[in-house]
Amino acid sequence: MPEHRLIHWRWRSTLANATVFALTAVVVAILAWLVIDLLRSAWPRLSWNLLTEDPRRAGRAGGLAPILVATAGVLTVCLAVVVPLGLATAIALAEARGRWANMVRASLDVLAGAPSIVVGLFGLLIFGDALGLGYSLASGGLTLAMMVLPVVVRLGEAALRAVPAELPATAAALGLSRTSCWLRLIIPTALPGLLAALALGVGRALAETAALLFTAGASERMPESLADPGRVLAVHIYELAMNVAGGEASAAASAVVLLAILTASQALGLAAIARSRRSRPS
Amino acid sequence: MFHRRADALFTVVTRTAGAVSGGVLLVLAAVIAWHALAALGDPGLSALLGTRWQPSSGHYGVAPLVFGTLAVAALTLLIAVVGGAAAGLAVGWLLPARVATGLRLLLLIAAGIPSVVWGLWGLTTLVPLIGRWAPPGTSWLSASLVLAALLLPTVAVSVDSSLRAVPASARQAVAATGLSPWAGLAAIGLRPLRHGLVVGSTLALARALGETMVILLVAGNVAQFPRGLGDPLRTLTGAIALEMGYASGAHLAALFALGAIALAVVVAILVLAQCLGGDREVVLA
Repeated sequence: MPEHRLIHWRWRSTLANATVFALTAVVVAILAWLVIDLLRSAWPRLSWNLLTEDPRRAGRAGGLAPILVATAGVLTVCLAVVVPLGLATAIALAEARGRWANMVRASLDVLAGAPSIVVGLFGLLIFGDALGLGYSLASGGLTLAMMVLPVVVRLGEAALRAVPAELPATAAALGLSRTSCWLRLIIPTALPGLLAALALGVGRALAETAALLFTAGASERMPESLADPGRVLAVHIYELAMNVAGGEASAAASAVVLLAILTASQALGLAAIARSRRSRPS
Repeated sequence: MFHRRADALFTVVTRTAGAVSGGVLLVLAAVIAWHALAALGDPGLSALLGTRWQPSSGHYGVAPLVFGTLAVAALTLLIAVVGGAAAGLAVGWLLPARVATGLRLLLLIAAGIPSVVWGLWGLTTLVPLIGRWAPPGTSWLSASLVLAALLLPTVAVSVDSSLRAVPASARQAVAATGLSPWAGLAAIGLRPLRHGLVVGSTLALARALGETMVILLVAGNVAQFPRGLGDPLRTLTGAIALEMGYASGAHLAALFALGAIALAVVVAILVLAQCLGGDREVVLA
């Protein structure tokens, strides 16, 4: 290559590097900006009482106790549906080949991208009206299950498929039934990956807001059963930011609590993945 | 044999679960479409095709909402793809492994930040800044900037995971020739880069079209054709969220029609992407 072309190429390379790194720095800076901003405006509201008290003055003061209970209730209903249904579907997909499995996968991939407010409309029509659940934690949890299912199934299937094929083959050769092979061998082996799938599903569930506006409702009273309406953490942030004048500090404090819970659940998931990679010879 | 009966039951249970999971989307689409059909009777198709959305005075034209949705999504995608490609390239190709691992973790965590939190940040921090230039600041530009920040990690993670699929041996071979990382990218990385960009931007586009919370908080929610980046707008999803609480009759039917339009657009994009993309992969975001 002639000398001047080489220099030209180097110069272009440097310019490209500079552009990419500058853009990346901006991305990281915006993240830092978000976190610092939230912490700063949440600071005066952060205390342990935040987790145990009832909200006062429409959430401007007091704590998040009924909000956290509602969040846990909705999440429980959601997981009660998603864990068995998602695991069974993941097994079916990991076993099956051909058109049927591809269609189920394609359908779930599209469902994962469906606008959450539209899923919320469906929940309002079917769980709220048709099944008579009205605005309730149960209705919200079922609606949420529709949004979380694709994540858990697709990641769960990947975890099951990561189990070395010799394992079921050996088990079959030893005369183990297919059922016990799955339940005693493959699922326990894939457990870290399955837990990671679940953790990411929980993350998606906790982040969801729009689908719950018209299913779980926005009542800030303490729910007494799954048939009561309740306001989850994400909806609480929205209500404080949008409909409560002077609610910004409380909204930021709620966002900090939500981010802390999310980071913990994602860290658990990522740790499970890392552990499963380490323990498996590849 | 006992085995065989247990195995048959196992197959029935798992296959049924698979069919139920696969059927959720169909039921969702059917129910929304069924309720949207009522809108063709009242307010009627010609009303829906109008150019004004003003339910209080009987105007149900979806055009400004559709335009608002597309406008926000287009600008968002532009920003998110440029920024996401840069961050994905940095993490997946250019940076030394140790820095890249840290940054990758950061991107994964960022991809999990809820949209309502980005919306809150946009409302309290970004909107006042933009308001200095175009008061009150809740606008097309604000919505797209905040949405881009929300979706950028998704694009970056997708680009990164495609680039990392290039075998280490191929990378080492290219590095051994003394070529710069960019020449190496041109030699062996363009195809995975393109694949990652297509997958990531499709996901980002679908989410931008369907996002509600950021829009509600920072887009200003005026049902109009924005004349500039500083103008407020209302999207399909935003209209549903804001008006569902009190709508009834023709208005309610029209809102279901909005839901059906939003769902149809997103499903069309995702199905198209699946047909174009060929291979399917799981993206952790």
